[in-house]
Amino acid sequence: MAEFTMPALGADMTEGTLVEWLVHPGDQVHKGDIIAVVDTAKAAIEVECFESGVVERLLVEPDATVPVGTALAVITPAGKQPVAQAEQPAAPPAALTPAMTPLVRHLAEERGVDLAAVHGSGPGGRVTRADVLATSPPRAHPKGREARRPSTRAAEHAPEQPQRVPSAAGVERDTSAAGPHRPTAARVRATPLARRLAAEADIELAGIDGTGSGGAVRAADVRAALRGPSPVRKPQVAAPGRPEAMRRAIGDLMARSKREIPHYYLSTTIDLAAATGWLREQNRRLPVTERLVPAALLLKAAARAAREVPQLNGFFIEGSFAAAPEVHLGVAVSLRGGGLVAPAIHHAADLPLPELMARLRDLVARARAGRLRGSEATDPTITVTSLGDHGVEAVFGVIYPPQVALVGLGKVVERPWAVDGLLGVRPVVTATLSADHRASDGATGARYLAALERLLQKPEEL
Amino acid sequence: MTKARAAHQAEPVTYREAMREAMREALAGDERVFLMGEDVGRYGGAFGVSLGLVEEFGPQRVRDTPLSESGFVGAGIGAAIAGLRPIVEVMTVNFSLLALDQILNNAATLLHMSGGQVSVPLVIRMTTGAGRQLAAQHSHSLEGWYAHIPGIRVLAPATLEDARYMLAPALADPDPVIIFEHGSLYNLSGVLPPDAGPVDLDSAAVRRPGSDISLITSGGSLGKTLEAAEQLAADHHVDAEVVDLRTLRPLDDATVIGSVRRTHRAVIVDEGWRTGGLSAEVAARITEHAFYDLDAPVERVCGAEVPVPYAAQLEQAALPQVPGIVAAARRAVG
Amino acid sequence: MNHDQAMALVQDVLTEIVPDADFTTIGPDTRFREALELDSLDFLNLVERLAERAGCRIDEDDYPRLVTLDSSATLLAERT
Repeated sequence: MAEFTMPALGADMTEGTLVEWLVHPGDQVHKGDIIAVVDTAKAAIEVECFESGVVERLLVEPDATVPVGTALAVITPAGKQPVAQAEQPAAPPAALTPAMTPLVRHLAEERGVDLAAVHGSGPGGRVTRADVLATSPPRAHPKGREARRPSTRAAEHAPEQPQRVPSAAGVERDTSAAGPHRPTAARVRATPLARRLAAEADIELAGIDGTGSGGAVRAADVRAALRGPSPVRKPQVAAPGRPEAMRRAIGDLMARSKREIPHYYLSTTIDLAAATGWLREQNRRLPVTERLVPAALLLKAAARAAREVPQLNGFFIEGSFAAAPEVHLGVAVSLRGGGLVAPAIHHAADLPLPELMARLRDLVARARAGRLRGSEATDPTITVTSLGDHGVEAVFGVIYPPQVALVGLGKVVERPWAVDGLLGVRPVVTATLSADHRASDGATGARYLAALERLLQKPEEL
Repeated sequence: MTKARAAHQAEPVTYREAMREAMREALAGDERVFLMGEDVGRYGGAFGVSLGLVEEFGPQRVRDTPLSESGFVGAGIGAAIAGLRPIVEVMTVNFSLLALDQILNNAATLLHMSGGQVSVPLVIRMTTGAGRQLAAQHSHSLEGWYAHIPGIRVLAPATLEDARYMLAPALADPDPVIIFEHGSLYNLSGVLPPDAGPVDLDSAAVRRPGSDISLITSGGSLGKTLEAAEQLAADHHVDAEVVDLRTLRPLDDATVIGSVRRTHRAVIVDEGWRTGGLSAEVAARITEHAFYDLDAPVERVCGAEVPVPYAAQLEQAALPQVPGIVAAARRAVG
Repeated sequence: MNHDQAMALVQDVLTEIVPDADFTTIGPDTRFREALELDSLDFLNLVERLAERAGCRIDEDDYPRLVTLDSSATLLAERT
């Protein structure tokens, strides 16, 4: 039995509103399927589920606002016995068997008494010896003995072993379902420390490979996952159409960033003659649908540069920096009506330029429509913000915790430039870096901007 | 004749000598204190700890007893009740079984049963442990059994400093205190630190700080555990913290749990049998208080579940050894 | 396509991209890119849809002409 809970989509989220369910009880779902839309202060986000199985019960109605971590639905994972409601029309839905002492249970087994059918006359509905004796069929039921399994060990049984309770009719019934003590087949084997770290970092254990005994997820595995590609985060939620709430949420995050992160700032002006020239040539030959905007070039270069300078690509968590092996580039997208989200383009450094362009367009469109995916909202390892389209030449941004760097790009402008000792005019862009001084220093930041500049001189290699 | 040694002399001293000096200091400083046990007087103690004391303090203060543990432990209890401060030496923990009723049902319980009227300020010293081919009946480590009993304090000095300085606060304790001296420690030799002085009986000690795993032990196993820690560092890049429990009852949870919370892994090394032993108690407490900090199951390296063999190589195989401790630590670290 | 038809098309596409575009404040000579705060991706979207709907080719060299409703309509009317 797995619970689908209200995810925390970001360090600052405390509650969310369920907007709509995209599944019904009884639906088959697979890991990664989008099953609900959840609203937060910032945007509406489509939430993926992390189990494959059958939706059993929806616990929360649309429009309900619940704290992060609240169970929203129950999913019976694939392979597990479904709740035995269909098989036990007469049995109380929640109880495995009525309460009784082990001795009474033994007696019932010996007598071949159907425990579910026994009425408990003891305190709290407890089944007493007398109750069992009263319902006993005539003695020596042949099937009772061979079918007997010590159901006194009900609660301690290993998961997924069905418990057979001999009924009066001798039919064995699978009562492994139902009951608060039923172990969950979907429970991830993980050490307590790993579990705690995953919870603190808001990632799901289910997606992590465990290196402990029996495949147990250990703390090192969680840390590796945090650095690795797309740790499966508890899905995030955002809500469009509530600008005040979004403004407040952004403000809180930015305030926290400024409070906790010692920012340092670097700036450089980059000659984009080669880049814009190359782009124009490319676009001349491409249909509109495939044309590249300068932003795509800049983002690719920013991602590649981040790969060259790993101290800027990763997360500062638990007092130390963990570099991420992949570059998932966050792209700051302004939303109409005010507001800002910075979802990730995964593996941005490796995407061919046309694909990065396509992803960028898709991402921005969905971001503006309020239809981001959870993984996009939680995965950025470094973010780029560009106010070039707004006419600003340089932007020094605020880092999104737990990232450690933010790249700012301004408007591409024509400026006088010294070229081979002569004065010319070149299209240039001011690129800035805001970085976390706990994770890197000026020399490192400078290397990044130098790499960015170098990469942009060879656009054909991007 | 033994030579008087000042505590802060820079000459090497043995564990045996340190304990002797502690007793000498106690006998000299408080006339209520006296030592009694089998062969403690003329013979100088079965392990030579009280050598020279009867010559110095006379037969009233250093008393040879008959071969009757139940009798002389009972006498010690009586003396304590009457206002004296006896140090009862039971030759080994193996023989203390004959006095278990006295220790448990009288010494540990009279304060309770008398409604607080009768206290038993008794100190019992016992040699414990295996490794000297004394065979099944004479090689027990039963500290865990005694640590099970409410009403008494159980100590396991593992270092020279503790051997020298644990006796004084033990004698000052108004309730029974049992001091376990592992037989292999008597010849332990070294120089007492210049700042060595009175010690408390309430805290465990981190003998070697570390960050990857907590090796928790006491008494005669401390040496092997420290050696294992060195091997782990040198050969396996594992930085082990070694915690010496010092007091087995009451256990210093704060130090032990604090250590495990930092390292996230624990190995408990105890010469006694693991089933229902001291290691089980420590493991249970770790689970109770540091569950959410554990990254691996708690490991235990204990005596094999057999009567201790007589043959040397079998005996060594039946006891915790450095390779076993190293292996357990590596299992936990993964 | 004539000028009026082209004008209507441009307005329609702009409304798709910016749902609350207010054409009472955006006249035929208003620089709509700034007025509607279109960024490069929005603009690309605009070009794409215009090219598709009008059935003509719009190159990067034409972008400077897509500044006001009037100039955009003129361009489209020329091409179709």
